[in-house]
Amino acid sequence: MKAFQFGSPKSLEQVTAYLAGADGDVRLMGGGTDLLGEIKEGTIQPDVVVDLKAVPGLAFIRRDADGLAIGACTAVADLAADPDVARDYRGLHEAAAVVASPQLRNMGTVGGNLCQRPRCWYFRDAATVCNKKGGSQCFAEQGRNKYHAVFGGGLCWSVYPSDLAPALIALESKVVVASPQGERTIPLAEFYAPPIVNVRKENILSRQDVVKEIRVPAPKKGDRGAYVKFMERGAWDFAVVSAAVKLTLAGNSISDVRIVCGGVAPVPWRLKAAEDALRGRTVSESAAAQAAARAAGDARPLAENGYKVDIFKAVVARAVLAAAKG
Amino acid sequence: MDTPRKKKKAVSRRAFLQTMGGGAVGAGVVSRVLGKEMPALQAGPGPMDVVSSKTISLTVNGRKVKVAAEAGETLLQVLREKLQLTGAKRVCNRGECGGCTVLVGGKPVYACHTLALQIDGAEILTVEGLAEGDKLHPVQQAFIDKDGYQCGFCTPGFIMASVGLLKKNPQPTFDEIRAGVSGNLCRCGNYQKIYAAVGAAAETMRRG
Repeated sequence: MKAFQFGSPKSLEQVTAYLAGADGDVRLMGGGTDLLGEIKEGTIQPDVVVDLKAVPGLAFIRRDADGLAIGACTAVADLAADPDVARDYRGLHEAAAVVASPQLRNMGTVGGNLCQRPRCWYFRDAATVCNKKGGSQCFAEQGRNKYHAVFGGGLCWSVYPSDLAPALIALESKVVVASPQGERTIPLAEFYAPPIVNVRKENILSRQDVVKEIRVPAPKKGDRGAYVKFMERGAWDFAVVSAAVKLTLAGNSISDVRIVCGGVAPVPWRLKAAEDALRGRTVSESAAAQAAARAAGDARPLAENGYKVDIFKAVVARAVLAAAKG
Repeated sequence: MDTPRKKKKAVSRRAFLQTMGGGAVGAGVVSRVLGKEMPALQAGPGPMDVVSSKTISLTVNGRKVKVAAEAGETLLQVLREKLQLTGAKRVCNRGECGGCTVLVGGKPVYACHTLALQIDGAEILTVEGLAEGDKLHPVQQAFIDKDGYQCGFCTPGFIMASVGLLKKNPQPTFDEIRAGVSGNLCRCGNYQKIYAAVGAAAETMRRG
């Protein structure tokens, strides 16, 4: 492990001012649960690690008329334990509660969870220079790909591992980003960008951007949500497939729906075809199964991950029904 | 690299040398030097503190300690190698197995995956700090009574995860116990007896 320096900012302005003048490899750290793994494996060799948890006032969960504001350095455990979130945003609560392990939820932050890197074993191996690390191929495509993407592959077949991202995108959340040029607010759905945009990263942030807070719109009457995560182990695992659903019900009929999956594509994967199939329909097992089957029609599995398509169909249908149940 | 950063770095290196040379006394000198040299920092945003190492203050098992740590050093390294507290084990060293679990601010974390500099000022509880004299903590006693270990290597981590769980949830259901220690692995596969031990400890603590 290459030695690095440690930055302890006293304010977000200090961070952005530092980033504006920095010329080395500077990495921002929340809980460090992902970043330290990359450093220990040698896949990154930063010159400076900046401790965002040192910035006062970045850990909060606030309610107001606009909805929910979550500070980037809020611990995932605190999000999972928040009673308002559990009541008004069930899908988000369920997603936060199944992130990694109790220890990692205490350490990890919401902002860090949204900015984590993929777990692809080729990407995480320091000796393997894949497309994502400036190489000229994706080793998973013809290699071992049991856990890899079934949607949106091509330049990179890794899957995006975040649990919070699908849940927050289903809720139409926005992310507030600070930079030396000031602040901007981006829909979280547009925060992630597929490999074709830039295979080296999973989001549109520049090296001078800092995720500051997440805003979740206030729930409307009839809104319900759920998050279903299928793991190979019973606990403490990344999703093989996960699905976040937000439903708006008018009586028993679905007036609006958003479905976003984790673990199936290089970025959180929205299922517009399934949403279209469900809108206006009455909630039923067959409607949920048909919508999931329609979404699965776009799947392009690799040699070893065809099983994920079946799991995908089951998880999506279950998530729709769980959300409808309320 | 711009000038302010270079200047800051120079201070950091000196701070590093003084810290290494003077131990706890050096630490006091460092903060006074930093305070005197950069009064402007207090007024405006100023440049961010960037250091290669630092003397941090921790309260470990109720005892206040100052210890010099490098930027890349983990809490586990500090505990095991500098404070001779070897209860927390280095096993996977990548935040996956739980063998290094300690409480930071009352909450279980993986010490192997926590940078020491990030928790400057924190309160740490390790397995060595649980017993009161010869009287074991109820969780420790329950692990003995229920055979909650086989080879014992994962046990300090499981005990600390359990103590953290029972602080947050004094009356966990069986499923809550399973989820509560799901961040810890037992290679011997002794999970059923571990769950029984946590349940028994909860019962003992409830009775007082």
